[in-house]
This record gives sequence, C-alpha cells and structure tokens, in this order.
Amino acid sequence: MNYNYEGWQGFENGTWKKEINVRSFIKHNYTPYDGDESFLVGPTKDTITLWNQVLELTKQEREAGGVLDMDTKVISTITSHGPGYLNKDIEKIVGFQTEKPFKRALMPYGGIRMAEKACKDNGYEIDPEVKEFFTIHRKTHNAGVFDAYTPEMRACRSSHIITGLPDAYGRGRIIGDYRRVALYGIDRLIEDKMEQKATTRSAMFYEVIRDREELSEQIRALEDLKKMAASYGFDISLPAKDTKEAIQWLYFGYLGAVKEQNGAAMSLGRTSTFIDIYAQRDLEKGIYTESEIQEMVDHFIMKLRLIKFARTPEYNALFSGDPQWVTESIGGIGTDGRHMVTKMSYRYLHTLENLGAAPEPNLTVLWSVNLPENFKRFCAKISIETSSVQYENDDLMRTTHGDDYAIACCVSSMRVGKEMQFFGARANLAKCLLYAINGGVDEISGKQVAPEYRPITSEYLDYDEVMKKYDEMMKWLANVYVNTLNIIHYMHDKYCYEKLQMALHDKDVTRWFATGIAGLSVVADSLSAIKYAKVKTIRNEQGIVVDYEVEGDFPKYGNDDDRVDSIAYEIVHKFMEHIRKNRTYRNGIPTTSILTITSNVVYGKNTGATPDGRKMGEAFAPGANPMHRRDTHGAVASLASVAKLPFKDAQDGISNTFSIIPAALGKDDEIFVGDIEVDLDCSNGACMSPTLFEGLDTDKE
Amino acid sequence: MTGRIHSVESFGTVDGPGIRYVVFMQGCPLRCMYCHNPDTWNFDGGREVDTDEILKEYNKNREFYTKGGITVTGGEPLLQVDFVTELFKKAKQQNIHTCIDTSGATYNPENLEYIKKLEKLLAYTDLVMLDIKHIDDKKHRELTGKSNKNILQFAKYLESMKKPVWIRNIIVEGITDDPEDLINLGKFIGDLKNLAALDVLPYHTMGVNKYKELNIPYRLEGVKALPISHAVKAKEYILKGIYQVKNTKK
Repeated sequence: MNYNYEGWQGFENGTWKKEINVRSFIKHNYTPYDGDESFLVGPTKDTITLWNQVLELTKQEREAGGVLDMDTKVISTITSHGPGYLNKDIEKIVGFQTEKPFKRALMPYGGIRMAEKACKDNGYEIDPEVKEFFTIHRKTHNAGVFDAYTPEMRACRSSHIITGLPDAYGRGRIIGDYRRVALYGIDRLIEDKMEQKATTRSAMFYEVIRDREELSEQIRALEDLKKMAASYGFDISLPAKDTKEAIQWLYFGYLGAVKEQNGAAMSLGRTSTFIDIYAQRDLEKGIYTESEIQEMVDHFIMKLRLIKFARTPEYNALFSGDPQWVTESIGGIGTDGRHMVTKMSYRYLHTLENLGAAPEPNLTVLWSVNLPENFKRFCAKISIETSSVQYENDDLMRTTHGDDYAIACCVSSMRVGKEMQFFGARANLAKCLLYAINGGVDEISGKQVAPEYRPITSEYLDYDEVMKKYDEMMKWLANVYVNTLNIIHYMHDKYCYEKLQMALHDKDVTRWFATGIAGLSVVADSLSAIKYAKVKTIRNEQGIVVDYEVEGDFPKYGNDDDRVDSIAYEIVHKFMEHIRKNRTYRNGIPTTSILTITSNVVYGKNTGATPDGRKMGEAFAPGANPMHRRDTHGAVASLASVAKLPFKDAQDGISNTFSIIPAALGKDDEIFVGDIEVDLDCSNGACMSPTLFEGLDTDKE
Repeated sequence: MTGRIHSVESFGTVDGPGIRYVVFMQGCPLRCMYCHNPDTWNFDGGREVDTDEILKEYNKNREFYTKGGITVTGGEPLLQVDFVTELFKKAKQQNIHTCIDTSGATYNPENLEYIKKLEKLLAYTDLVMLDIKHIDDKKHRELTGKSNKNILQFAKYLESMKKPVWIRNIIVEGITDDPEDLINLGKFIGDLKNLAALDVLPYHTMGVNKYKELNIPYRLEGVKALPISHAVKAKEYILKGIYQVKNTKK
C-alpha cells in the first residue's frame, strides 16, 4: 500500500513510504555537508532568557541538596501529568516529565523500595497508599526477581561477585525509534502495530500469547502518546509537516519514554541527520531562517538537559553522579560510502556553544577516518572548548550494525528500532580469580559462595594451576550470571515492560544479551605477576588467602607488551566463550562489555587483595583501563594495549577512560609555537608550520 | 647497536610537530637548575636498548604518528651520537620524520672527529630543537654549570648546515626573564637563517618530586611555576629582538 501525507511533500520516494523504514527515508533524502561551521548562528534572545531561567532553577536545585521537587503520589505514566512549561510564550519546543520543570516523577514499577528510598533520601515521603498498592496489590519487577532468585544468586549478589544488577531499578538501554513519530505520525504507527497483532500465529502457545499482549500494550502506549501531545495542544496523529513539528513530534516520543521508564540509560538515538532533512527542505522553501532552526535545536537540547529521575545516593555512587545517558549519535559513514554529517550535526554540537558545556545530552560523534575534514576540525574545536563530546569508532561498529545504529548509554551500539539490549551490569572477574585460588570461598566474608572447588594450597602460585582453576571458576560464574540475568529480564518484561519504546521498534527485534566484565586489568596484571614474577600467598587463620607478596617485576597491561596483553585477550575470550554456552532469555545474543566507567571504585571496595599487589579495597581501573600508574610508556602504548582486546568478544563496548592535562595534548600555538614564520624568509625550506590540528589530518600518506 | 635510554613516551605532543614517539636518552653534561628530568643525568642509569627495538615499538603504532615521527631527547642525545645516527638512518629508510631535542652542550668545533659524526647525524635529521638556556654566558654558567659559548656556536653550525631549527627557551622568574637578555637572545636567533619556530616555555614544578626521590637538593626550592602570561610577555621581548635584527637587515 502506498501512503502519502502532506508532511511528505518534496521528499524523495523510497521503500520508506511503503513500510516503516526511517533509514530508507534518510538515505533517499539527506544532504551530506562538507562545509565548515561558518553558517552557524548564536542563541536568540528567547533562548538566552530560557537558559537563564534554567540556570537559576539549577542553582536552586543545588542549594536544595540536589533535588528541587518530587512527586510522591502520582504514578508516572505517559499521560499522568498535565503539560509543563518553562515559559510557554517563548518555548519553541515543549514538554516536561511532570507538570513543571525540575520536578522528578514517581516511577515504582521497577521496585517500590527503590522509589520509596529515592524519595526518603531526598527528604520526601512517598504516599502510603502508593506504597501499599505496590507492596500488596501490584507486584513490581524487583519483587518478581526476588521470588525467582536462587540462594546461590543471592549469595553472588551480596558478595559482589556480580554487581550493579538491574533487579531493583529500570534496566534502560533501549532506544525507541523516536523519529518514527515525526515521519509517520501515530496513526500510521498504530495501524502497523494492529497489522502485526492481526498476523501473529493462531496457535496460542507462550510466545504468541506474549507477543499479542505486548503488541496490545504498545498500541495503548501510542494512543497515550497522542493524548499527551494533545495536552500540549498538538495533534501528532499525522506526520510532522516542518522542522519545528519534526523536532516536537520526535521529542514527544522520547518524552513519553522518560515519563514511563526510569531506565539506567535513556538514550535518544541518531536524530540529527533525520531532522536535517526537514530543515533543509524548510530553508529551501524559505519557511524558516537558520536562526529559527538553531533556536528550535537549542530549545530541544535544553529540554534534553532537563530530563531528571528520582534516584538514591547508592545508585548515584554506582553510576557516579546522576546520569540519564541521553546519548545522541552524530555523524558516521553510510554503507553507500557517503558520510552522514549534515548541517544539523553541526547545529547539535553548536548547542554546546550557545548554551554552554554540559554532560547531557551525551553528544557522541561516530568517528571515522573518512569523516569530512571540516567536521573533524569543528569537533576538535568544540571538544577543546567544552570537553563535552564523546567519540566512538564508527569504522568498527558499522561492520556489525550498519549505518543506522545508535549508542545507548555510553558505548552500547544497536540498530535503531531493530535491535535492543538486555542490560546486564557486570561480573567481577578479579574476585572470580580470588575464588579460584580460595576454592570458592569469599576472601572478605569467608563464606562459601561458589561451589567448593579444590583451593590452591601451595605457598607460591603456579601459573598453569591458577589458570586451570580460574577457567573452571569463570565457567561457573558465567553460568550463574547468565541465569540471574534471565530472571531479571523475564521479570522486567513482565512487570516493567517498556511499552512505548518497544512500540517504536519493529515487531521482530534482535535482542542483545549484554553481560559485562569488571577488573580486567587487575586480572591481567595478577596473572602476569604469577607468570613472570613470584607471588607468595599470605593466609589468615582459616587458611584463606587474604594477601599476596610479589617478588620481582612483571609486565604490566597498558604498555603495549604482548606478554601481558595476550593474557588480557585470553581472559576476555574465555569468559565470553563460557557466557555463550548458556541459554539466554528470549534467545538474546550474548555480548559483553568492559566498561565499569567509574563504578570501579565500588567494585574495588568489595574485593580483597589481588596477586598483582593491589591491596584490599583499592579501586579497580575503570573499564578496560590499565591500572593507575602502571602504564609507563605514554598514552599510545596504553591505548594500544586496550586496542588488542577482542572486539568480537566484547561487542557491547570496550572503554578506556583517559584524562590528560591540556598542555600535554600539544601547544597552544597562538601563544608559543610558530607565529613567527610569517616574518621569516622561507626560501631555504626551513619553515615548518606546526598547526593546532597536526595529527588530525589523514591525508599525508 | 645499543644505547642507554631513560624511558620512552609513546604519545609525545610537545617535542616537535605532530604526535611523536619520544626517546629520552640517559646521561647529561649539564646540571640546569630547573631541569625536570634529573633522573636522566647519571650516565650509568637507564637501560640498554637496540635501535631496532625502538623502531619496532614505533612501527607497532605508526598510524598515530602519521603527522609526527621520532624525537630523541634526554638527557643529552648528542652524548650518544653514534646510537642516534644509526637510529635516524634506519628511521629515514622508513620515511620517519626525525627530530633531536638538544642543548648543544657537547658541541666542540675543535673536535673534528666529533664534527664529522655530527655531520653524519644531521644528514638523517629533519629538525633540531635547540634549547638555549641563557644568552648571557655568566648567567648561563650559574644556571647550567657550563659556558654557552659552544652552544651558540652550535646554533651557527646548524645554520651553516641549513638544518631547520626550533629554538626553545625556558622562562624562570628572576633567572631567565630579564628583558634585556631576552632581547639579546632574540637578536641572536633572529640572525639565524634556519630559524623555523620559537618555543617559549614557562617554568613548571612538575619535576620537583624526582629530586626528593633521588635525594638531590633542589636549587629552585620555593620558586613558583611561571604563569603563562609571563611567558607570553617574555616571548614578546624575544620577538622584539628578532624584529630589530630583521629590520636592520632590510
């Protein structure tokens, strides 16, 4: 069937008209931009007014101890709250999670205790009726999980060999294709979902019944979204007709999701090039000026900066701060070879200049060596000015996910609307090594957590013996870990289903079953110490090894030294192989990530001394980082060690957190180097002109 | 061939153009008061490495260095001129940009054998960064323990060899920031036809801890790191000297 709408006038045809297919729309209609940033404009008066208002509210929020207002009574749903504004008269893009900005919503479906505690810790009391309702009458995800957990899973959880599990809060990491709302309008999306429901198999076994129930939920969510938009005075049943509507429709889609879910990462997707198609059409038709378009983008980004959730101090400690992970992926290269940088890519990044630096939304550039040079320079400039841009390797991810993927959270890549992820926190591989040495006894509590395998009894550790036992222990850990996650995701689907986000997905979705690793560099260095130095065990009265003495030096991960880097590689590969041996919920495809980000502090705190000389409680290195101060050959060598880790085994991402003082990144040329050659005689060929962007260019060879 | 090195830095961004693989040689004849690498002074310290080993490490990550190359610094790289020559010869065979960061203190116009060696080395060297610590000989002696005579001659020698040179100068309050000296320095380097860039560095205190670890008294104890604005000012004086020379010539 061929559809046609007023909002589609002037767009090139493609399969996107026949089916829900945003990628096809983009491919047929976007305009790659190779120019520089000179077309950009500054903030309008209204933007400045609104942003000052936000700054004032932010100040009040900080003074109030981190939270300005919380809802303690109304359960947040897509339609639960009336419209909220900063200043209705001048806001070009509208919508807040509750009826006013800076008021955090109440979302108890993940777990009532977490919701209650989030209120309490911030000085609010949850309504007793709500508490009673979600304790007695309506089960939560959290309650479901604990009904099914085995004693072994509970032990693993409390000993912190598996940590950060999304069993008491929303799992997040799902990106709805919010662009669909703008491109197709809600009515067409509902029609599509109705069709999906009408064509399920008719034999009613478990999966079919579940599909039908979920599709019904999705349809209801779409209808609710329409109602929510109507409360702001917009009818989103039909496709957006111009840039302003496209941004607004898209934002309503996202807003619906963050009204419904307090997920561990609520990412936006890959929207800039999509929106650019509308902007390009409007600019050509003369409907909007550049300034008006930038203003809409500024107001949109401003809204994204004001997404807030009710969270506990412990949650914030685990995730370091109060992150929403409103990640937006920008740029990248298309599979047809054209780069996907548009003027809108610039406009999004330009908000960091117009509104000032900010961690959210997490603007992420999908970096490729083939991105246009002007864009690379612009990114570098914005990074230098604001330190607010994240970069990820498009050349690596494109081969797996094509050219319409986006990043959820910090590094999890997925095709928008076609793939989703079951977020799985992480397993503590450093502790697992200690369990291998101690025969499954926890080195801190002294409890038997893992099966009673034979412990190591020798005074000095032998590499082959440790490796063999470690492999067995990883196998056990992978098994209990995957099964724990199976329970979690089953219950999340059942009690805290992301109905709107899934309504903005295809029917048949690829599910990535994400696991994670913590403590990789501790393990690599420990095994290296055992192999290349001598490691003596120190036992307590019960015979449990509680400390280690390292005699001699050993190669350390982070110095581009294959002797130890190969150990790190082997560990990741082995653990992933063990993960793969297990059956996963909804046939999720197992992946792993090595990205503890900053929760490495929490993991380290709960782990005893390790054979690399790390003391009990000392922080791990974040993600795939080398241990602090053990990389002695500079950044390239350090990064090279990390780059050797097998991406095929850690497709959910490998992160290396890296900070450097600006002066060590090169000279501020205008001050120090190179501004005298203009006066020099260059005929002897002696002139070299070091520029700010030395090293960025790729065209030398 | 092997040489004694102190360490390597795989991500050098301040020692020559682009991102560079920086080799810190062991051993130095000078004892500059502000030196932030006192652990490279001792001739017997460090470790032995082969030139091939350095190039192997470099080549592992050569994608990073497409706009950069190898810089040999120290310590004083010209103390191990044979080693550096072999390293650079092999580097040039692989089309790698080569740079020496030196104080020039080992230069001696009377030692013809050494000059011959230098000539050979410079044939494989793309850029020299010459650190002129002080233009005033007396103050130079106080600062480094040695005269600057040979160093300034070395600068002239490089000019005669038509070797591009970046001049570096470190500004320490009360020691190297006298405007007159800075103008004189400018006049001296403004006369050099091979001058490609001027690198004025503010004194910093990041090396102080090393002195404590090595049990060497730190002679600039209490001197604060120089604010960038002072270095900018100092640079203006040097430029003034440079322009004075250039304008007279025109």
